[in-house]
Amino acid sequence: MQYAIINKDKVDDFITRLAVQEKVYAPVARGYDNYSFEEVTSGKNVVSGRYIPTILPPKKYFMPQRETLLEYNLTEGQNMNAVVEYEKMAIFGVHTCDLAGIQAMNMVFSEKPADINYLIRKNKITIIGLECIEYCDQNASCTLVHNHLPNGGYDMFFTDIGDSFFVHVATQAGEEIIEKTKVFYDADAPHMRLLEQVRERKKKIFHDEVPIEYHELPELFQKSFDSKVWDNLDSRCIACGNCTAVCPTCYCFDVKEEPDLSLVQGKRYRIWDSCQSEPFAKVSGGESFRKMQGARQRHRYFRKFKYQFDKYSRPHCTGCGRCTRACMAKINLKETLNALIAEHA
Amino acid sequence: MKKVILKDSKYEIKKGRVVSVRQMTDMEKLFEIALPGNRSLDHEPGQFVEMSLFGVGEAPISVSSSPTKRGSFEMCVRKVGKFTNALHNLKAGDEIGVRGPFGKGFPVKLLEGNDLLFVAGGLGIVPLRSLINFVIDNRRDFGKVNILLGCKTPDDMLFGDEVENWQKRIDVSFNCTVDRSDPDWKGNVGLITSLIPGVTLAPNRTFAVVVGPPIMYKFVIGELLTKKIPSRQILVSLERHMKCGLGKCGHCQIQNYYCCQDGPVFSYDKIKNIKEAI
Repeated sequence: MQYAIINKDKVDDFITRLAVQEKVYAPVARGYDNYSFEEVTSGKNVVSGRYIPTILPPKKYFMPQRETLLEYNLTEGQNMNAVVEYEKMAIFGVHTCDLAGIQAMNMVFSEKPADINYLIRKNKITIIGLECIEYCDQNASCTLVHNHLPNGGYDMFFTDIGDSFFVHVATQAGEEIIEKTKVFYDADAPHMRLLEQVRERKKKIFHDEVPIEYHELPELFQKSFDSKVWDNLDSRCIACGNCTAVCPTCYCFDVKEEPDLSLVQGKRYRIWDSCQSEPFAKVSGGESFRKMQGARQRHRYFRKFKYQFDKYSRPHCTGCGRCTRACMAKINLKETLNALIAEHA
Repeated sequence: MKKVILKDSKYEIKKGRVVSVRQMTDMEKLFEIALPGNRSLDHEPGQFVEMSLFGVGEAPISVSSSPTKRGSFEMCVRKVGKFTNALHNLKAGDEIGVRGPFGKGFPVKLLEGNDLLFVAGGLGIVPLRSLINFVIDNRRDFGKVNILLGCKTPDDMLFGDEVENWQKRIDVSFNCTVDRSDPDWKGNVGLITSLIPGVTLAPNRTFAVVVGPPIMYKFVIGELLTKKIPSRQILVSLERHMKCGLGKCGHCQIQNYYCCQDGPVFSYDKIKNIKEAI
């Protein structure tokens, strides 16, 4: 069964049945239009309709905020075990922007030297996507980066076609879920037509949010290194690091130690870090290669639209809009892009 | 959450042992480290290792010895922070964790048959020494060798006995300068850039290898370009804080490059248009 249908009134049942078999994480409303991926045991609180991207992206399951890399014991010298922590899980309700974020992370961590911790964890996660059939809010720029439509990266993918969801079953793991939960039935030609209608309607709703073509983005940034736009961000950014914490493709980390109380045993772990903090690019002589906040913001933007685009042939901005929503200084990604475009028009 | 032991983690350490510790200056010590079974590190000159002391942390440290030295390797470390302070407390026989070697070192095959101009400022001599000693140990494979060394004061000079040896050799030309002299100092006083105009070299077949504090590069490279050394024949080793060594953690990123994987050694040609590189 490659294409399946689940009636909307069966979605709660589906999640409840799935949660019996493995851990399930899904978007849950947290109030004030904030959403969060959390563990669920039933479909009761799960948001399966429109939701603004969750505060943290599903990156938190692929690359936990804090992850033990080594456990050491100094009783007889510098002894250690390298470890990986993982959990078999299914994540329900992943938007196309977040699927793109996971794909970007997969590329980075698969590149040699590959990160085994990430890859082992990734293979234990089943991804169930959920299509946006309208904009989440005005901060999204998913069409600009071609992420408003599904581009793979999921085991199953749900699209709202009215009274039911059209489900693309893309992998064996997805097929097994279909078999185990027994709430799906085969899609037929009328369902296909409904799906086409949804996609046609999306063409009218989703538009290029920023007046630039996808493939022109690296070139725009190529010209923009010395732009005044960065001076403007320099005076506004307060280096809180919210933008990098909520970004689905930010993966920078620090490596730290935590001895236990005995001082004999302990852990070495990695923890999310932010290029927005001043010490991030500091070297041992005390010199910092990105001392000014404007330079650090520029680095962040260049990582989304230039450096990674050059290296992996895809922007590492997913268009989710999280950095804009989370910014305490109201730095707005679309405004920044528009300002750069205006400067080079 | 399941936790399993990994056998092929890139974060796993090799257990090293401190063979000897030598006080070089007030701030610097030279550590000789042996790996189990006195296995060689198999590094290229200019590469670095992540040294680790559990309970304290990990830090990237340049390998200062030449790969021609077998059975152990050396690193010279200035006491500047938590990790290096702990390192300075080590004594012969103590254990220490080693990951690596990492990064791209000096391209020794490319340098063969050419004249070499080494320019070392301050602690820059530490990684550069791995190449200088490699060249001296394979002396006939290289053309003229010119070493320029700059330190803040005569007391800051590292590897004094080796430097004396380089000075004495007839197949090496050596010049040294200090920023501030003392009454016993007989040599040049001034910045390292002041030594370059006096060097006679054939720009077409000379590779200049420059290592020093970040501030030094612009000025030294300016002098080298005045000397007509092509930018692809100027090699630099860039200072960054490599935390993972695997091109992932982002701390050492220089635009499209990760210093820990693509560097730390770069030809100036490759990075001259890369802002934030030097």
